[in-house]
Order: sequence, then C-alpha cells, then structure tokens
Amino acid sequence: MDLTINGTTHQIDIEPDTPLLWVLRDELGMTGTKYGCGVAQCGACTVLVDGMATRSCVTPVDSVAGAEITTIEAVEDDPVGRKVVQAWVAHQVPQCGYCQSGQVMAATALLKETPQPDDDDIAGAMVNLCRCGTYNAIAAAVRDAAQA
Amino acid sequence: MNDMFHNARQTGKPFKLSRRGFIGASLGALVLGVNLPARRALAQAAETIAPGSRVSAFLEIRPDSTVLFRSAFNEGGQGVFTALAQIVGEELDVDPANFSVENAPPGPDYLLVGGGRFTGGSMSVRMSYDAMRRLGASARMMLLQAAAAQLDVPVDELSTEPGRVVHAASGRGLPYGDLADAAAGLPVPEDAALRDSADFRWIGKPVQRLDAQDKSTGKTQYTIDLSLEGMLHAAVQHSPRLGGEPDELQNESEVGAMPGVHSIHRLPGAVAVVASSWWRARMAVEALQVTWSEPAQGTAHAMPAEFSTEAHLAQLKGTTGDGIDFEAEGDAAAALAGAAHVVEASYDAPYLAHGQLEPPSALARWNDDGTLELWVPNQAPEMFQADAARVAGLAPEQVIIHSPMLGGFFGRHFLYQSANPFPQAILLAKAVGRPVKLIWSREEEFLRDTLRPISVARFRAGLDDDGLPVALHAVTAGEGPAGRWFGREPDKVDSSAVEGVAGKLYAIPNRRVGHVHVDDPAIIGFWRSVGHSMNDFFYETFFDEMADAGQQDPYELRHRLLADSPRHRNLLEAVADLSGGWKRGPFEAGDGSRRARGVAMASPFGSEVATIAEVSIRQGQVVVHDIWVAIDPGSIVNPAIIEAQVNSAVALGLSSALFEEVVYVDGMPQARNYDGYPILTPEMMPRVHVRIVESGAPMGGIGEPGVPGVPPAVANAVSTLTGRRVRSLPLSKLDLEEGGEA
Repeated sequence: MDLTINGTTHQIDIEPDTPLLWVLRDELGMTGTKYGCGVAQCGACTVLVDGMATRSCVTPVDSVAGAEITTIEAVEDDPVGRKVVQAWVAHQVPQCGYCQSGQVMAATALLKETPQPDDDDIAGAMVNLCRCGTYNAIAAAVRDAAQA
Repeated sequence: MNDMFHNARQTGKPFKLSRRGFIGASLGALVLGVNLPARRALAQAAETIAPGSRVSAFLEIRPDSTVLFRSAFNEGGQGVFTALAQIVGEELDVDPANFSVENAPPGPDYLLVGGGRFTGGSMSVRMSYDAMRRLGASARMMLLQAAAAQLDVPVDELSTEPGRVVHAASGRGLPYGDLADAAAGLPVPEDAALRDSADFRWIGKPVQRLDAQDKSTGKTQYTIDLSLEGMLHAAVQHSPRLGGEPDELQNESEVGAMPGVHSIHRLPGAVAVVASSWWRARMAVEALQVTWSEPAQGTAHAMPAEFSTEAHLAQLKGTTGDGIDFEAEGDAAAALAGAAHVVEASYDAPYLAHGQLEPPSALARWNDDGTLELWVPNQAPEMFQADAARVAGLAPEQVIIHSPMLGGFFGRHFLYQSANPFPQAILLAKAVGRPVKLIWSREEEFLRDTLRPISVARFRAGLDDDGLPVALHAVTAGEGPAGRWFGREPDKVDSSAVEGVAGKLYAIPNRRVGHVHVDDPAIIGFWRSVGHSMNDFFYETFFDEMADAGQQDPYELRHRLLADSPRHRNLLEAVADLSGGWKRGPFEAGDGSRRARGVAMASPFGSEVATIAEVSIRQGQVVVHDIWVAIDPGSIVNPAIIEAQVNSAVALGLSSALFEEVVYVDGMPQARNYDGYPILTPEMMPRVHVRIVESGAPMGGIGEPGVPGVPPAVANAVSTLTGRRVRSLPLSKLDLEEGGEA
C-alpha cells in the first residue's frame, strides 16, 4: 500500500492491521513518534492524520492509506507546528521528553483547528499523559503559541 | 538512602577503565588529553585515579570551541546535564549553551558518589559540585598555559572571556578550540583558583535546558529508538508469577510460521520471539501458548501463587511489638505512661508502579573481537557492566556500556534482578548471532516493574494538659528497598524503611522510632523519594491528628515545635506567606466551592520542604486547586530547573495520593497498563507555586524532595474538609459525598 508521510509517498508491504506506529518506527525508521502504552491511553504516539490528532498505536496502517500523515519529524515544516515548538522551548516544557513528541503534535492539531483556543479547548485537546508532570508548562506553552 | 550511599562505595571499587573511557565519541575533535599513548593511559588507569580530577576523562574542546562534556550522571528529565554544564562552564569560562553533554562510559574517573557511581538519591549535583568546579577551573588553567606558550607571554598577563583566552595588553586572543591540542599535553594543575561566587554568570541563574529543542522535535534518541545494522527485534512473554519457567510451548510451529518471525527462544522465566520488526515479534510471542512450571524449591523471590496485597497488608497490620530501635530521644514509653492524653493511630500506603513513559528496552550486539556492546537505560553504568559481564560470561572490561537519555527516571533504572531486559537481550543476540533490540510491552513492564513497597506505621503520641505533645512513639512495618538491593543487616534498621518518620525536626522531648522487618514477597525498588514517599505521609498526617486532639492549629503547632530550628521555622513561614497567609478552613472560595488547606513538612535528601495544599470535593472526588511549596536546598544551581522539578514532584506525589495503587491477586498484578493503573492527567494538575529559599546550608537534593510533602498536605486538607481522618492511601478509596460532608 501507499502511505503519504510528511509529503512523501512510501510503498509499504506489510500486514494491513499493523499499527501505524510500528510502520513509522520499524519500517521507516522514524522514531520521533513514541510507543508508550499501545492501547491509546497515553498519547505518546500522537501523529496527525489529515490534520487530526491520532493515536498511531491503535491505528491500523491500511486505514490511513491515502491520508496525509504528519509526524513530529516534519512538525517544523508547518507554520503552526513551528510556533508550537518555539513555545515549547520558550517555556522549557520537556523534562524526560519522552511524551513530548505526542504533546507537540496534539497542540499543533489543536491550533490548526482552533487558532484561538480557550482554556476548555486546551483542556479538551491536551489530554496526553506526562509522568514528569509538565502539564502546567504545556498549557502555558499552548496559550503562548496561540498568541504568537 | 544512606545505606545505599555507603554500600555503593564497595560496589564501585573493582571497575577498570575501558578503552572507550578514553576514546569515547571523539571523532574529528581535538581532544584534550586523548593523545596520551595508549600504554601510558592504561598504566595511568591502573593507578589510583581521584574521581572527578582528570580533565581529559570529562572534557573535549572541539575545533569550534564548543565543549563535549561526559557526565558521571545520567539525564532522565531532572536537568542534570544542564546543571553540570553550568557548573563546569562557569569555571571553564564557556557558555553552557555551547556544551553538549552525554553520559560517561564506565570508569574510575566517574565514581563521584562516595567512591561509587549512580544517578539517584537526588545526589548528582550536590555530590559533584565542588569536583566539577575544580575540573572546569583546571581545564581553564591548562588553556591559559597553552596560550601563554603560543603567544609567548607570561600566563598572568592572560585572562579569558567565554570560549577564548585574551591577552589584553596586545589585544590578541585565541579561541579555546585552537588551544585544545596544546593544552592536552599539559599536566592537570592541582591549584587552579575558583571563581568568586559573587561573579557567577551561570550558576544560580535560570539557564535554558540543553535538551529542550531536541525533545520538542522528536530528535532525542532513547534506547528504545536506537537501531544497528543487521538488527533484529525481540519481544517477550514472562511467567505470570516470578520464578515460573517455560515448560511446554503448545503452538510453537504455528507461531514460528507467523509473518516476520525469525526464531522462538526460551529464556529464564520468559519466552521470546525474535522477528523482523517489534510488532511482529510481539504478536508472535503473545500468541505463544506456554505452560509455566511452578518455581523450583528455593527459587529466590519466587512469587507465591496465593500472594495478595490484601493479605500482605493484613499481615503488616497484624505485626506487634516495637521492632528494632532506629531513633530515640528521652524516654518515650515513660512519657506516654504519664501523659494526660494519648492519641493512637495506624496508617498504611500501597505498592506503587514507576509508570515512566518509556517502556524498558535493551539493545545488544556481540562484536567480532569478542566484546559485548550494550545500549541500556540505566542509572549506574558500572553496576550494569558488571552484571552484563556475569550474564555474558565476559570480564567487565569486555562489556561496552552505552547509557542513552532516559524516558523517565523515578528510580526505575537501577540494577534490579528480574526487572531489566538487558540480560534477555544479551542471550538473544548471542543465540541469533545478530544485534537484537528487545522492548518490553507496557503489559510486560507492569508485570515486572519493581514496586514502591507497601508499608504500615503505628503511632502513639502523649499530650500534656495544655494539649502539647510530650512523647511520640512510631513503628513502621515492612521492608525497605535499600536493604533489599544493597544488603540488610538483620539487627539494624534499613533507613529507607523509616526515613520520613525518623529524621523529623519537631521538638517533641521524648521520641522513639522503630521498625519491624517483614519480608516483602514482591520485587520492591526505589521510587522517587523512596521511603519519604510514604513515611512523611504517615507522620505529617498523624501530626494533624495529634494537633487536633490537643486542640492546636496544625500550622501553629508545627511553628511552635520548630522554635529552636530557625531554618525550618523560616521555611514554614515562607510557604504560609507564599499562599497568602495560613488559613485552614473550611472556607468558601470565589467559585462557591467549599475548600480547606493542609500543611506538611519534610526533610528529604538534604533539602527542607514545606508544602500547603488547597482542596475541595467535587462529585465525590478530591480536587486539588493549588499547591504551594517552599524548598530550601541550601544553595542552588538553576532556579528554573528547580521550579520544574517541584512541579514534577507535585504531579507524582499527587498522583500517588489520589489514586495510584498496585494490587496483586493470586500472585499477579491486576493492572497491566495505564487503563488499570491511572496516573495523573492534565485536568487534575493543580497550580503549583514555588518559593526557593537559599539558607546557605550544605547543598541538598532537588529531584525528589518535592514529592513527600504533597500526600500529607492533601490528606490533611481532605480531613479538615470532611471531618474524617485519612489513614490509608490512595484517597480514591474514600467514599466522599457531594459538598465534602462526611
């Protein structure tokens, strides 16, 4: 099947129910997207599928053939993603950093859909887990990225 | 944790310097000191090396004058790489932003924790601060001396500015990168002057983290992300109970025919599938139908089939007696006998999982020269090297250890028998003759993670006629992780089992803390703030019971009992001030909710902490609105990182207080993923307000100290709000009605 990832089309020959996450990581070597739980609980694997934040660990790869998939590797190619990354650095959000690819992608999806989110919008969209507890810095960075 | 500290000294001794200790990642760089002839270098390694003194082991100055620094301590989010760059950069005169930092390989240079090496106990900065300053100053002196020779001027006419040596008289200057090669040949000076702290540019300042950009763009590579030429992927299925061995594999041929499967393996206590991708390996290994044998007689730490947390907690609660003395002052028994009023209560706290977001993994490669190369998340490279050598049947110096960035720390990455995947990766790589990356699924991680121990504490306090405490008697029951992993003396108390009940600073004239040891059938480990994570909850919550029984305000009683401890009294006042003045409540907040506040103090890891929490009850759930933390680590390196660490500690402490609990039934954990073991979500995160107090006391830790005050501050507020005592965690077990009325 053909997969369009960050604007590039890849020809993939794999069992169709393989989660998108493992196609990204093991077939394409794109390890910025993380495995955390495998059951859509933590959100470390968040990517954009046609602009929507999607948990790639439970997304069968054949369900996204033909869709536009964006991963953290290309986040700075997007003006909104670039603003998000800048806000993440400005607020010194990451600690261990393992969940932050997913957090940045979730924030990017939110701001592309809702450029001026209120606190409820942010709470509704930023639901990924962070064991380091960077949640306050994440919320502040999202608010700032929306202003930028 | 003190036990661990002392024992690490013994464990750290036998390690020799590996070849990689010199060569490292120095491709293309001019390496300060690396041009030592190999034979001389080895001879030098055999001599006694004072840890932290040999510049070349730590620093490479590159041609562009940027610096590669090899850290004795690993980065797992706590900010230690940045802090060390600040400390070394301050003395070396290089902007920390021009540092890149990596975890050093095993070697005698890095044994900076009491002659051993591990990242833990909130010790990294405070144990290495002086040595790393001297190291930076020595390197700067070597660069000055090299410049003096090159410019043909006396060294005392030279000075430095960030990244350059400057000769003011002639207006000439040389970048460090041009001097590194010459400086490398010079002896390390022993008496380089240190910078006056009044002139610090980076130490004590909110310097930006070195890892923020890469971690915000997915570029940081953790062990789980690494790959090697020709690598295969592996997944495992463990025995449901530790000690069981794979007996029969009923469908081995079917599984062997699944897509991408390379081979099926029996390992100690597990089965593994090696495949062309991890997902294929996982699908296959989980499809394997395995009959597990019962543990052989005498198997160490075999999990009993009938084990349950409920029964074990009952056993702990059923212990009697005063146990072994740990701390005593005055005569607690006599004072209790003569007290006007006695308060008694028993407390407990559950097992906890680490829940770090990066699942454990290990990457192993057997090299053609007979060495074994391992990439492994770890907090103690020398210990992992020694254990990997044992597994591989090699000498330690034949094992090359790489220690990538950690995707979450919290005490998960110590050397725990049965809880680390690297021994399996070593065996699998050997069996297939190719590099193997093994990842434990989240479910396997919940099965084999080490646990924060379960524990019970029994208190008796004696009050005088004025309601003031004259005696406090405390006994904890259970097992501490330091004793488990670093050796326990039967007639002595493991400090990690009592810290936080012991070591309190309140002036109660008659005190006694004892401990009853009970073997824990589970595999227990270190969990951020270790014994403090529960013992300060026990003590500080009982403190409020004691205050209420004597009709004292809990804040005022703490304040009164700290009259002779100005550092701690000042800190208590600081947190009250930060929160707008102490008010216990219940009171009505601006949004109409009924709220209360609780206060707690803790003295963990050399720092002092005072915490206040404000809570309400909404739809039967505890809601924490604000947490105020005043922390006194004596002196500091980076206030922004401290604030971030306190935020992080609040999140973890609150998560444990609200709902974390590992439950075993029939010898097996009931939760195997975050759906069964919830951790704090963004919507539950309170506002966190931090005040750093620098009292000038000896430098304390930062990573862990923010945790212990949170559960008792929250529990005390909940008690005030509901009129019910909280003597058992997590709070989710309480049946709380709307509005907080009990």
